[in-house]
Parts: sequence; C-alpha cells; structure tokens
Amino acid sequence: MTQETTIPLWKQDGAKPFIQIKNVTKKFGEFTAVDNVSLDIYENELFCLLGGSGSGKSTLLRILAGFEELTSGQVLIDGIDMANIEPWNRPINMMFQSYALFPHMTVAKNIAFGLKRDKVPKKEIELRVAEMLSMMQIEEFAHRKPDQLSGGQRQRVALARALIKRPKLLLLDEPLGALDKKLREETQFELVNIQDKLGVTFIVVTHDQEEAMTLATRIGVMGNGIITQVDEPRDVYEYPSSRFVAEFVGSINLFDGRIYEDDVEHVKIKSKKAGCNFFVNHGISCSPNQKVTVAIRPEKMKVTRRQPDQEYNCLYGQIVDIAYMGNLSIFRVKLKSGKIVRVTLPNLVRENRNPLTWDDFVYLAWDYDSSVVLTS
Amino acid sequence: MSKATGTFWLGRYDTVKTRFSILKKIRWGRYAVISIPSLWLALFFFIPFLVVFKISLAESAIAVPPYTDMFGWNVEDAILDVKIKLGNYLYLFEDSFYLDAYLSSVKIAGISTFFTLIIGFPMAYFIASKSGSTRILLLTLVILPFWTSFLLRVYAWMGFLKKNGIVNEFLQGIGIIDQPIQMLQTDFAVYIGIVYTYLPFMILPLYTTLEKLDASLIEASKDLGAGPIRTFFLITLPMSMPGILAGCLLVFIPAVGEFVIPALLGASDTLMIGRVLWDEFFQNRDWPMASAVATVMLLILVVPIMFLRNGKKEGSE
Ligand SMILES: Nc1ncnc2c1ncn2[C@@H]1O[C@H](COP(=O)(O)OP(=O)(O)OP(=O)(O)O)[C@@H](O)[C@H]1O
Ligand SMILES: [Mg+2]
Repeated sequence: MTQETTIPLWKQDGAKPFIQIKNVTKKFGEFTAVDNVSLDIYENELFCLLGGSGSGKSTLLRILAGFEELTSGQVLIDGIDMANIEPWNRPINMMFQSYALFPHMTVAKNIAFGLKRDKVPKKEIELRVAEMLSMMQIEEFAHRKPDQLSGGQRQRVALARALIKRPKLLLLDEPLGALDKKLREETQFELVNIQDKLGVTFIVVTHDQEEAMTLATRIGVMGNGIITQVDEPRDVYEYPSSRFVAEFVGSINLFDGRIYEDDVEHVKIKSKKAGCNFFVNHGISCSPNQKVTVAIRPEKMKVTRRQPDQEYNCLYGQIVDIAYMGNLSIFRVKLKSGKIVRVTLPNLVRENRNPLTWDDFVYLAWDYDSSVVLTS
Repeated sequence: MSKATGTFWLGRYDTVKTRFSILKKIRWGRYAVISIPSLWLALFFFIPFLVVFKISLAESAIAVPPYTDMFGWNVEDAILDVKIKLGNYLYLFEDSFYLDAYLSSVKIAGISTFFTLIIGFPMAYFIASKSGSTRILLLTLVILPFWTSFLLRVYAWMGFLKKNGIVNEFLQGIGIIDQPIQMLQTDFAVYIGIVYTYLPFMILPLYTTLEKLDASLIEASKDLGAGPIRTFFLITLPMSMPGILAGCLLVFIPAVGEFVIPALLGASDTLMIGRVLWDEFFQNRDWPMASAVATVMLLILVVPIMFLRNGKKEGSE
C-alpha cells in the first residue's frame, strides 16, 4: 500500500468512528461465539478480521449485516443504533463466503438485483450495471448464468453485486478463498484499488495472514471469540501483544524465560532452553523475577560459523534441516537443549561457494531491539 | 534398437486393446442400468397400455372376454380379417357426457392440486427450516397416514362430514349454525378428500427442494434490500420450481383418475372420469368403451407433461 501522508483517523484524538461495536456478545446456546468484543472502525478503512477457523469472524460479520441477533451489546453505524434495523434497511452490503449468486438469474440480473429493489430508474440501472461489468472486466459474461462461470469470474460477479448499491460499508467474508495463489494476489491489489476509488469502508474476513497484511489498513486478530489485538499490519507483525498473536501472524521462535535484571532502560532475561541470556534495550512493565516469553522472528537473526562478538542474544546449534524456497531458505537449527529454532536467510547470490549445509554448527545472533518480550 | 521399437509397439497395442475392452464394459454397464427402468416401464406401463388400446378398438359383445377379436382367421379362404372399430372414440366426442366428465375431472383435480400446493408449501417450508430430529419427526407425521388403509381414512372423513357428524355437531354446539350443513355428498367434500389424501405427495418433493435451498441466497437477497415477501417471490419460489412441478404432477395425475373419493364423498352428480370408467366397465360391461375412455384420459395427462418437459429443456438453454 502507498504510504499515507496524512495521519490516519484511528490515530487522531476525537475522530468519530464510523462503526462502533460495543461489548458485543453472541451466544449459540451455551457456546459463546463472540465474546464481549469492542471495536471502532473508521471511514475509508480496509479493516481485516484475521483469525483461525471457528474464531467467530463470520459471526461478527453477520452481526453487522443484521443476520444474527445480539445476546448483549450494541452496534452503531454512523452513530445510528442498528438494534431494530432489518438487514434490508441497513446501508451495508455483504459478499458471502460462498458468493451466494442467484443461480436462476443471469450475471447482469444478479448485479442489478440490489438497484431494482431500490426502485432506481431503469435507464440508470442499465448504465450502472454496464459500468460495473466493465470495471470488473466481466462484460462478456453478462448473459451467462452463474453455473457457467469459473470460480474467479463468480467472485467478480459477487463483488460487483455487493458494490453496485454503493454501500457505506462492504463486508467481505473470505472473498478470495476459492482462488488460486496467483489470481488471489492479483485480486488483492484490485480490491485495494477498488476500495481506494470508491471510498467505501471495507471489512474483510480472512484466515490468511499474508492476505491481511497485503490488504489491511488495520488488522484485528481474533481467537475464540475475542479480539486480541487491533493494529496496523506492521505493528501486528513487529509488536505482537500476546503469544497468541505472535504465533498466529507469521512464524516466530519463542523462548520461555525469567527476568533477572530489570532496569528502566533495559531488561535481561535468562532462558534455560536457549542456552544464553537475552538483552532487550527497552524497559517493560513487569515485576522482578517474572516469567516472560522472548519472541524472535526467523528473518531477524544473523547466521555465522564464527562466534560473533556478542554476549547476549546468541544461540549455538546444529543445522538439522534446510528448505530451499527460491527467494529464501529456511534452516532448522537444533540447540543443545534440543529446542528447534527456525531461521530464514535470503538467497542473495545464485551460487554460494561455501553454503551452509546439513550438520554445520552455527551461531544465531540478533540485535538488542529485534526481539519482543511477551508477558501474556 | 529394432527390438526396442517392437516392444514399444506391442505395448501400445496392448493398451489400446485393454482400453477397448474397458469401454465395452462401461457401455454394457450403462445399458444394464438404463434397461432396468426401461424394462419396468415396458412391462407395467407400455404393454398394458397397448392391451387397453387394442380393446378400445373392438366391439362390445356378449362373450368371455366381452369384446370381439381384432383378428379373425378365415380358414377356408385363408383370409385374415382385421376389424378395427373407431366408433368408441367417435361416440366419446358425440356424447357431451364424456367431454363434461373429462372437463370436470380436470377442473376438480386442478383446483385440488392448487389447494394442496397452497397448504403444502408452508408445511414443507416449515419442516425444511427445522433441524435434525424435529425434521425427522415432522416428516414421519406427514407419512404416518399411509400406515392406515386409504379406504378407512376416507370413511373417517365421512364420519366427520355427515349431517350428524363431528364438524356439524361442533359448529352447532358453539352456536354458529342452527341447522346442520350438507357437506357430505358435495363437491366440497371431494375437494377435502383429494387435498387430504394427496397432501403428502405435494409436501415431500417440495421439502426436498426447499431443504436443498442455500440459506445464504435468502440472506443475500435480504442484504441487497429485498424484504421477506419479495425475497420469497424472487428467490424462494423460483428456486423451488422443480419441487412445485413434481408435486403438482404427483397430485394432479392420480387426482384426475380418482374414483374412490368422488364415489364415497361426492354427490351422485359429481362427474369424474374415474367414475364413468367404473360404470362403463362394471355396470355396462362395455369394455371397449371403457378402454377408449381410459386411452383418452391417458392422452390428456401425457400430452401436457410432454409439453412441460420440452418447455423446461428450452428454458434451461
Ligand atoms: N448457527 C449456529 N449455531 C451454533 N453454533 C454456531 C452457529 N454459527 C456459528 N457457530 C459456532 O460459532 C463459532 C464461530 O463460527 P464462525 O462461523 O464465526 O467462525 P469463523 O471464524 O468464520 O470460521 P471459518 O474461518 O471456519 O469460517 C464456531 O465454533 C461455530 O461452530
Ligand atoms: Mg467463516
């Protein structure tokens, strides 16, 4: 995404959120699918709800669309309480996980459906449908039925149908789930472009963290019905707030340890499994001797055969596994304690004269500000 | 080198051969699968129909069976006499009685089918909206009447509808009417009987299509601004058309030829082709005439179905 020059709304004090989700709980019988979720989403955002299967993402989306009654809590859109507003009266459209195209209607009729319900004049409907068809590049399929389209084409029709009413808010439930990787990446950028052009607020549900990273202005990480962290993609990746988020977004190495020196400027952490001590160059709010987890991303480590000149943050182990991925290689290094550490290195040159190989002993070291200390 | 080529060709020849035999097997299997229902249709539908059709071209006679032979063999001159009488069919159209009976049957069956649809649709919809065990229970309740004899159930309706029957006594009891209403031996009773009897045949195919209906289509329609009523007419109804069609045929076809219900519940002047058929057969013992009536009835039923099928094929293209 392009770097924004203006300060985003969510960082401004007193900015009015477009969608306010306040202490929303949804239970199915005894089971709590959405657990006391509070969330503000601002105009023109492309907000991603990221979470594993069954974490309650779809349920939260369906609550916004009006298909699930709340057990408790409140949803405001543009300052209006949605409690007694039926789905067909909400300024929201949804793109369904399964696309839900009407099989007995042609593509053009599917797209026109929403406008017809609003009694838009016929001329205008034709114009807007044609515009949508060309925007999605599906003009040639206008008179086909949905079952005569490929997965990618269907997905475009579904998007066109959801966008044509120019809703204030568009909900997308795993919009790219059915596409292959290449088409998926193309469509991700297209989605961002469309969102930019139309100025609609998007909420996108996905369980693919890469997709969330590509699309989102902000990501809400969801697990077991709870939203654990809401942040910009970069911050979710670099500063995960909990073990759950750290593990869910990208891959990461975790070391359990105990704080043995706590200063305003730095902390030192001892970890048996790591076989070395950790130094973190910022203070954290904690009690002395507290148990914490140190997290370090695989690409943040330097790999050397010679021992680096560094007392802290330096592991030693043997390479047990190498996976060549093309642009990078993944190494699995076994420490003395038996713990496996994952390291990735970019493949900068085509032929390496002295490549790291199986059974090599290596040192893994990282800077004082590269790791994250997790207290929960 | 040449040896290698030889093996290569041999190998190829082998695969070609096995492929052929597999193809043959598949084809035979396919024929077998198709032939079973075809055989069934031929045995129990087409051949009997031919027999009936043949009888309809004969002349009624006092004999056993009570009609003349189509083929006579004159031994002396070796002449094959073929006797085909078309008079039965002509008579069908000359006497307006038959035409009236056909029209009346189609009317009664049509109206009954309409009401089974109106009543059956909400029931099927309700059952399809329930989950697991409730669904099975409700479906069982729909099929349950089949466990008792059909005749018994029609007699039960006579008990309900007669002058001093339960319905009349109830209505008198709560003071809505002073005099019992004549319900038994009216067209009304026939409609009730047919709708009641054939309701499961409507509900079951409707249920099957409604159950398959993707709930997210309904939600998508509502999401795009259509209220519940519009959603019903724009999505639910068109999507359940196959079930509606199947249900209507399953009710309409047997209802046209229905004999027992009009005989027991209807008035003496309730004209239905089933009764005409019965009378021709058992009272007049005019088998050829009865067969002609049956043949024409079959045509009346089959021709519209053919049209429906063709219409559907064109529609899907
Ligand atoms: N109608 C329902 N009745 C009972 N439980 C439900 C119902 N709908 C959802 N659930 C439960 O709520 C939980 C959350 O479901 P939800 O569909 O929101 O998950 P999700 O995060 O969208 O998962 P996925 O990524 O697989 O789509 C699941 O455990 C699911 O079984
Ligand atoms: Mg989901």
